[in-house]
Amino acid sequence: MSSQAKNNKTIIVFSSDLDRVLAAFNIAVGAASMGFEVTLYFTFWGLSVLRRKNLRVTGKSFIDRVFGWMLPVGTEALKLSKMNFLGIGTWMMKKIMKQRQVALLPELMHTAQESGVQFVACQMSLDMMGLKLEELIDGVKIGGVAAYLEAASASDLNLFV
Amino acid sequence: MAEIKINAQGLKCPMPIVKISKGIKLMSVGDVLFVTSDDPAFKEDVKAFCNMTGNTLTAVTEAGGVFTAQITKK
Repeated sequence: MSSQAKNNKTIIVFSSDLDRVLAAFNIAVGAASMGFEVTLYFTFWGLSVLRRKNLRVTGKSFIDRVFGWMLPVGTEALKLSKMNFLGIGTWMMKKIMKQRQVALLPELMHTAQESGVQFVACQMSLDMMGLKLEELIDGVKIGGVAAYLEAASASDLNLFV
Repeated sequence: MAEIKINAQGLKCPMPIVKISKGIKLMSVGDVLFVTSDDPAFKEDVKAFCNMTGNTLTAVTEAGGVFTAQITKK
């Protein structure tokens, strides 16, 4: 990451609400397409977005496993923050998005990685949720608050979703 | 100077911009890109894209709800 450029973009993905995460990825993909360096910091609930599906992890404590069961696994498991209606709302929204050719989250995430958007997972949140880096998708780096602040200092856009 | 055409019709924000970006990367300086889109936000977005990336937006025309942007790579 170049520390000279002051027009990078950083986004903190705190939420695991589908709509919020969609907004974050939309901006990230747009910015990367316009040639900006973009870094997404995933913390707290946002880590769920990066979880890999169908993964068996051994050697975790009971509490960590319970956390694992309760938190959504990956982009396809996220729910709308409003009008979820036990999943029917989210299902409807995805269906409508497909019909109207609005990019769904897995596609946006793929495009983001393809266009060089950096994904950083917060180590403290990983510890808190009992998640390991191996449980996340490929290409995710680990970082802390100092790494975030350094990147944010070289950015002119910094969002928290 | 080559002319490249991209059809981004049907796609919604941010995908037309992603398509333009991918196309421009493959072009040489001076090449001209024609992009069509039926997204009402496209006109403003393509203008902003060119302003921020330093490429020249020569023209944006509209016919029957379809925008055509002509971009020259710098």
